[in-house]
Amino acid sequence: MTLLLETLKPYLLPLIRVLVVFLGISLIVAYLVYAERKILAHLQVRLGPMRVGPHGLLQPIADGLKLLLKEDIMPAGADKGVFLLAPVISVIAAFTAFSLIPFAPNFYITDVNVGLLFLIGISSLGILGIILGGWASNSHYPLLGALRSTAQLVSYEVALGFALVSALLLAGTLSMVAIVEAQQRQGVWFVFLQPVAFFILFVAAIAETNRNPFDLPEAESELVAGFHTEYSGFRFSLYFLAEYAAMILVSSIAVTLFLGGWLRPFARVRALDFLDFTPVAVLVLAAAWCFRECFRYPATREWRWQRLLLLGLGVGALGISAGLLLPARFLPGGGEGLPAFPALTAIQGVFWFMSKVFLFLFGFIWFRGTFPRYRFDQLMSLGWHFMIPVAIANVIFCSLAIVLSRQMGWGLPATLWLGTAATLLVAALLRREKA
Amino acid sequence: MAQPQDISTTVLGADEIILNMGPQHPATHGVLRVKLKLDGEKVIGSECIIGYLHRGVEKIGENRSYPQFAPYVDRTDYVAAVSNGLGYCEAVERLLGVEAPPRARWVRTILTELQRIASHLLWLGTHALDIGAITPVFYTFREREEILKIFEKYCGARLTTHAFRIGGLQYETYDGFEEDVKKFCRDFEEKVDEYGELLTENRIWVERTRNVGILTAQDAIDLGVTGPVLRGSGVRWDIRKAFPYAAYAQFEFDIPIGERGDTYDRYLVRMEEMRQARRIILQAVDSIPEGPILARVGKVIKPPPGEVYHSIEAPKGELGYYIVSDGTIQPYRLRIRPPSFINLEAFDKMVRGHLVADVVAIIGTLDIVLGEVDR
Repeated sequence: MTLLLETLKPYLLPLIRVLVVFLGISLIVAYLVYAERKILAHLQVRLGPMRVGPHGLLQPIADGLKLLLKEDIMPAGADKGVFLLAPVISVIAAFTAFSLIPFAPNFYITDVNVGLLFLIGISSLGILGIILGGWASNSHYPLLGALRSTAQLVSYEVALGFALVSALLLAGTLSMVAIVEAQQRQGVWFVFLQPVAFFILFVAAIAETNRNPFDLPEAESELVAGFHTEYSGFRFSLYFLAEYAAMILVSSIAVTLFLGGWLRPFARVRALDFLDFTPVAVLVLAAAWCFRECFRYPATREWRWQRLLLLGLGVGALGISAGLLLPARFLPGGGEGLPAFPALTAIQGVFWFMSKVFLFLFGFIWFRGTFPRYRFDQLMSLGWHFMIPVAIANVIFCSLAIVLSRQMGWGLPATLWLGTAATLLVAALLRREKA
Repeated sequence: MAQPQDISTTVLGADEIILNMGPQHPATHGVLRVKLKLDGEKVIGSECIIGYLHRGVEKIGENRSYPQFAPYVDRTDYVAAVSNGLGYCEAVERLLGVEAPPRARWVRTILTELQRIASHLLWLGTHALDIGAITPVFYTFREREEILKIFEKYCGARLTTHAFRIGGLQYETYDGFEEDVKKFCRDFEEKVDEYGELLTENRIWVERTRNVGILTAQDAIDLGVTGPVLRGSGVRWDIRKAFPYAAYAQFEFDIPIGERGDTYDRYLVRMEEMRQARRIILQAVDSIPEGPILARVGKVIKPPPGEVYHSIEAPKGELGYYIVSDGTIQPYRLRIRPPSFINLEAFDKMVRGHLVADVVAIIGTLDIVLGEVDR
């Protein structure tokens, strides 16, 4: 038995990590949909889901069940094998990429020295699922959707790639973990050195994930549902899962490359160390909200389970925050060599990483509530005539700035800002030319 | 003039496909069916197929007495029922040779202008939704709701109001009517600017609507389009000014026109029309005269033999009623000139050479209601 455990040990830990990441991402996707519906609803002077569970908190579970139980319909003329396989490809691509995302200094599935390259490769594979799905449906609307997404994703991948290169130039490595460490070492998030690259990455990320204002492949008012018009039930939910997982993925990449990954804001400022307690504050606020809502529900029988659920959530949140605040000296053995609050320290990385990712995701949702949709030709023109030239200019000026600062001994940030100014000049010229 | 053709029988090139849009498509505003001949995403031909909502309203009109038919007209352009009712009642009044008393005419003006705002709000919300902006529709519905509440308080119905009666009004205004209308106008001023903030200066919105679906003034006149579509092309033609009806001659208002005749111009025209409608309402609500609300028309409406064509400026264009009376209590022939139906004629002309995405923008900018197209 011990021997078996010893033999399995090298595989067990990664397996557990894979499971945690897989289930965690699936859960986040489910509640991201809920968050999207809620945020959009409040932007649009309505309430959003309110019926299933208190404030609709159980809506994602109900939706998931509904999708699983729905009939799986396949068009008569569809290319069977490809039709069945396409959504699976999308999901696999989206989830595989998470194996390279460092959620915390010691919490990632794997770290390879060509990490970013692998990420770009695997995320391009997800497009294949969309194209094949649209093609295999053998129907006009999915075909047009697939056509659009092919052109759109391929062209924005170029800009995305160049934006990533700018970050690589600063980090000097392709390993995702090392990129964050480089930001830690240099004491500045790359977004402040490379704002243009960050902006391009953000816009390209929206385009890559087919989100508004670039949601042409599934433009509801034009193409009904785009490439997944003919999909239903579980297969549709796979596409859905892949799309939202991809949203989290691109946000994670952007956070890792430009927003310091797992690093706390102002990680080096001792005076702001109280920020370490933010997770506790968030949990306590959540608990307070739960308790308040619990008492706002009518105290009648039909609302009892809703109130109990809220109460349970509130108590749970309080319990977790208490656990986080458990001092090391209360641990068995007096907590020798452990930080003052071991649990709190342990979740710091994941907490800040996820907070930044959610900031990004909020941006995605906000955009969806604000912008109209681009037209296909305008999207292409924006990509090829503006984004890609600016991205290339940025790479050129950025590398020039790095070389200059090394040769002349100038400060790196100042030189890079000079490069950024030059890039912005190019961007302004491009805009004027167009007008 | 664009030649109508049956695109399904034409020979397709190697890169061409026929795409069927509707009648169950999210952006066809009801049950319009459009067959598009596409080269990639470019539209090279189109054919509108209508009739999915045909109820034979005109034929029903020949088998109902004049007052009985009035509720039916509410159901043609069902988002502008008050305007429909006004047109019909005034047409019959002209046939009878009576005129509604001043108080009735004032209230009619206020309610129809409120209806114009409500109709334009619905257009704005759905038009923006088609172009991908999903939020304005909720804002516009919020304000439309206030108008519908006023209708509801006035006559009990919100959508198919049957608010007027041949010879005047169905009901006296309720207590607080003036205050409600004034409050709406007060709030609405900044609301209409709020929609503008979301869209007017929005780069994507401008790019999506500028130079899309251009209709030159000459084409617009040739095709017989009316209303904001005609004015967007730069023709200053509004029946409220040309042949004033109700109490419009008493009020000051401007007729906004466009320059290029594209979708953006029509958007600006309708936005300005909402502001002008508000101006008219404010003038009217302060000067509602006292007096009877119903002219003496008799218990049985029995117009003398003859015919009449009376048209009004409905939110979507010239809404005309042609009625032939044979001296009985039922019209001998009743014909409705629906603005949506005739504006839809311009669709093929506007859509050719554009992309599929523009098709929904053009359907939206024409502001058609299928209940009126099909009748």
